[in-house]
Amino acid sequence: MKQKSVAVVGAAETTEMGRIPDMSVIQLHADAALNAMADCGLKPSDIDGVATAGLSPTELAFYLGITPTYADGTSVGGCSFMLHVRHAAAAINEGLCKTVLITHGESGRSRVGAGGFRGGGGGSSLPGQFEAPYGPVGPPSMFTIPVLRYLKERSYTIEDLAMVSVIQREWAALNPRASFHDPITVADVMNSRMIAYPFTMLMCCLVTDGGGALILTSAERAKDFPQKPVYILGTGESVETPMVSQMEDFSSSKAFRVSGKKAFDEAGIKHSDVDHLMIYDAFAHLPLYGLEDLGFCKPGEAAAFVNERNTAIGGKLPLNTNGGGLSYMHSGMYGMYAMQESVRQMRGIAPAQVPGAKISISHGVGGMFAASGTIVFSNEAP
Amino acid sequence: MDRVLPQPTPETQHFWDGCKEGELRLQRCVECSKSYFPPRPFCPVCGSRKVESYKASGKAVLWSYVINHRPRPDIGKDPHSIAVVQLEEGPRMMTNIVGCPQTPEALVLDMPVEVTFETFGEIALPFFQPSKG
Repeated sequence: MKQKSVAVVGAAETTEMGRIPDMSVIQLHADAALNAMADCGLKPSDIDGVATAGLSPTELAFYLGITPTYADGTSVGGCSFMLHVRHAAAAINEGLCKTVLITHGESGRSRVGAGGFRGGGGGSSLPGQFEAPYGPVGPPSMFTIPVLRYLKERSYTIEDLAMVSVIQREWAALNPRASFHDPITVADVMNSRMIAYPFTMLMCCLVTDGGGALILTSAERAKDFPQKPVYILGTGESVETPMVSQMEDFSSSKAFRVSGKKAFDEAGIKHSDVDHLMIYDAFAHLPLYGLEDLGFCKPGEAAAFVNERNTAIGGKLPLNTNGGGLSYMHSGMYGMYAMQESVRQMRGIAPAQVPGAKISISHGVGGMFAASGTIVFSNEAP
Repeated sequence: MDRVLPQPTPETQHFWDGCKEGELRLQRCVECSKSYFPPRPFCPVCGSRKVESYKASGKAVLWSYVINHRPRPDIGKDPHSIAVVQLEEGPRMMTNIVGCPQTPEALVLDMPVEVTFETFGEIALPFFQPSKG
């Protein structure tokens, strides 16, 4: 895409976050959407493009009273919203629509108006035949399967995973909306309840309720909106496999590498240009894979990079500054919250604001290393 | 509770038939000779439809695993391995490691394992156990 041709003009999360038993899934979408529209001074009738996952774009448009000329229902897991941003930018540039609303909402904890859990069953799909019979119970015992191989190949330890959780809790302590604020130690993480060896509870993401929405339009129009525009500098996406057991390399995600490189190439930036980074952390290993697969660290150097506090408060590459899926919130498809934090950082209003940050990257995962999306944001006008 | 079982499709039936007969069947491409898994009637490397099924050695190494401490009701009550093995012929597959304690001490990456089948009604699932030699 053409750099900085499209911008985020509206961004908001649900009014409440964490436990929201009085809202159904569709209302979580709508609550975030109405907040994002208020953020940029638009009404539903001003929106002519919709994109969402979990819910169908038809349900979203009908519920909010939008008549779109562009609808995107791409649903590849938690990074779907990164793909929606990418597709929306292309659609706006192509003239398919002018203003796109992207929403997420999930009643992950309270399960109000939510569908049944889809994982776990057998069946005739490839994962149903060749993975489900062996007993995986959703992401905690699936997404974690490659990790012992990764630790061995990289000479990392289980404590290295624990340190990721510890540092993200430090960030969460600065965020009033985070689910957890109290400091934790590596020993706390190691000694928390065993979920799926080597993963303990504090290496696994939260399960909460919440939502978020973004509104995008052309950079030219963006100047007329009340908020400081956050420009899209580059985007990437890819998919690899619906079966974690069939990843090409257990120590590296092909989808991460392809999506990340595409976004960097489009943006025309170097790694040293990046001031702020979000890597979707459903589990503690993901930031380590992300740092390596996006090229911020050489393979085998990510754990030391984290241990030496480069991603912590005051470090040279602030990472997951909202506290992440491990300590901020995780409703199920977390990618939207990563981008919300990137937008806050680019607007200069994040609770843990990185001083002077000009470029932020949000990198998402979908399924279990199944898909990926990467968005490079900038607050500098074209 | 009955074990969650696969529902074979026309493209995978030969694999599950093999398991019932005590054979781990892989496929390979006649054109480029690459072995692959899971089953499909064409080569995922070169796209050729000229493929054949053959009996694999059943030998593998333990590639990676977790020990699930919250077992699904159809599996049992005790923590158990969910593993991926690297087959001698190249492909990897998910399985359970059986016939040894379900502990990090007993489950060592790269240890040799061999296939063993357990029957659940119409389906036999391929599990792997430490090699006997």
